[in-house]
Amino acid sequence: MTGNEACAEAALRAGMRFFAGYPITPSTEIAEFLARRLPEVGGTFIQMEDEIASMAAIIGASLAGVKSMTATSGPGFSLMQENIGYAAMAEVPCVVVNVQRGGPSTGLPTLPSQSDVMQARWGTHGDHPVIAVVPSTVRETYDWTIKAFNYAERFRVPVILLLDEIVAHISEKIVYPADEEIEVVNRECTKKDPGSYQPYESTDSDVPPFAEFGTGYRYHVTGLSHDETGFPTNDPKKVDMLYRRLNRKIDRYQSEIIQYKTTFLDDAEICVVAYGSSARSAYRAVSEARKQGYKVGIFHTFVLWPFPYEELNRIAQQTRTFIVPEMNLGQIAHEVSCATKKQAVGVNRVDGGLITPDEILERIRDVPL
Amino acid sequence: MFPYEKYLRRNRLPHIWCTGCGCGIVLKALLRAIERSKIPKDNIAVVSGIGCSSRTPGYLDFNTLHTTHGRAIAFATGLKLAKQKLKIIIVTGDGDATAIGGNHFIHAARRNLDMTVVIYNNYIYGMTGGQVSPTTPLGKRGTTAPHGTVEPSFDIARLAIGAGAPFVARTTCYHAVQLDKYIHKGIMKKGFSVVEVLTPCPTYYSRPNRLGNAPDMLEWYKNNTIQVEVERRASEEEKRNKITIGILHEIERPEFCEVYQGLSERVKKKSTE
Repeated sequence: MTGNEACAEAALRAGMRFFAGYPITPSTEIAEFLARRLPEVGGTFIQMEDEIASMAAIIGASLAGVKSMTATSGPGFSLMQENIGYAAMAEVPCVVVNVQRGGPSTGLPTLPSQSDVMQARWGTHGDHPVIAVVPSTVRETYDWTIKAFNYAERFRVPVILLLDEIVAHISEKIVYPADEEIEVVNRECTKKDPGSYQPYESTDSDVPPFAEFGTGYRYHVTGLSHDETGFPTNDPKKVDMLYRRLNRKIDRYQSEIIQYKTTFLDDAEICVVAYGSSARSAYRAVSEARKQGYKVGIFHTFVLWPFPYEELNRIAQQTRTFIVPEMNLGQIAHEVSCATKKQAVGVNRVDGGLITPDEILERIRDVPL
Repeated sequence: MFPYEKYLRRNRLPHIWCTGCGCGIVLKALLRAIERSKIPKDNIAVVSGIGCSSRTPGYLDFNTLHTTHGRAIAFATGLKLAKQKLKIIIVTGDGDATAIGGNHFIHAARRNLDMTVVIYNNYIYGMTGGQVSPTTPLGKRGTTAPHGTVEPSFDIARLAIGAGAPFVARTTCYHAVQLDKYIHKGIMKKGFSVVEVLTPCPTYYSRPNRLGNAPDMLEWYKNNTIQVEVERRASEEEKRNKITIGILHEIERPEFCEVYQGLSERVKKKSTE
């Protein structure tokens, strides 16, 4: 199956029962798959009039207690940004799939890219929390779609699932994980009665318990800065408290959210930091380089935001050089430089072609140690 | 005395609206309509966008959702489809519903999704301080049209009818009794119902356009509107420059949730065969 199909199938497995979307290459197969499957499982599929409406609709459905998702690509992702900020502000769990293609603007609709990685973090305005995950194979897409829902539900945030045209359209055989192999998390619902419920109450976990619309709680949800009761406020103390809590609820759990895999790093002088489909080429390049005697390893991250600054900083204590292959002009390389305090070296392509193992291997050979 | 308090979040008052604003008149009519509908508070969701009218839900004791500018109907689409027992009432303004939110408005009408949209049409952007909107009459002034607007305006009710809404009514804040009757009818209608209400904005519309204060505007509504039934037998002279009010359109059309439900049942049956 393809990455897009794996994503759609996994979303159903995670309990997603509402999808709103708008056709856009190369994400459309997700919508097509769910248009067929959702009514079979008692869920709802709707093709909205645009991506703005799609994002709005999944927030509305999530407030009714239904796990919701939309899928799009670059231009549509741009259109969704305002409402992604709303979901962050109003703490509405949802998953937004962005199958990256070349950009800016209409760009390269049918070709891969990884150039929305910064937009996933900072696309909407304001200081907001976000989680972005980035699988590199079809099976990882399946697993990380479920995890994306788990993160969204646990932290009450929009989670961005970053695919790219390669991962989305490649066809690979996968074996579905057994039920005991997967964990499905559902949002924590309030145990309080409607009279004492405060929708944005400060709690030990910093994630306020949820109450479904239409179950007697009759609370107010707004994109305005609000206090614990959910109503708008300009009180500097309360506003400050809100924004700090919103960001803290992700910051403090970073080490639980960030997941990565390291290979050959123990004695490595060079570390290739890889993510998404570029990681596929990185593995091949590194194993080839090892055969040729280069002390090189891989740090393969599945989570881009929050970014693994501390983890990379630790590796930088023993590894001198960092190489970052990515289909953009160095967006994550910049973060790697920040994390490691060393100038990361990029392997970059923005011509619509994938980064080949040879291109990474060449950089491993050339890079000054 | 009507028990408004039953539906108000008293601790959220006083409201933010200016003296003479029509928003309060619509709010009260809405509550009278809801009372008459006998729908329990827990089963009502009031959804709004951004603007003066969109502040209404904050004062009301229902499930309330104050969304982004123009997107109330899109948020409500998800909410309704995910929880169909909710009666959705959208409160929105002329700018929110027909400029930035115009696309969602016509598409929800086309789908015929069960919700009631109450549009407070005051011909101006009030919250941002008096800019012209898509319904500002040709030649009238706003801060972004200091010499008078050169754009023709939308007729919201006709737009809704053209897009497929099966129930469309228009009235004004002067016709307060009629107003709650139409909102009630809209709420009881299974499908996408639209009630356009002409509301005075004495601060940002009447003043720059020298149309007097709030009572003058109400007087203007009285003198410049014509009931649709009267219009049908009126002479050209009597109809000239009059705004038609009343239930302008009422038909039966399949409602979207029911249609989707039917599809879902067919598909499920087929997949188990």
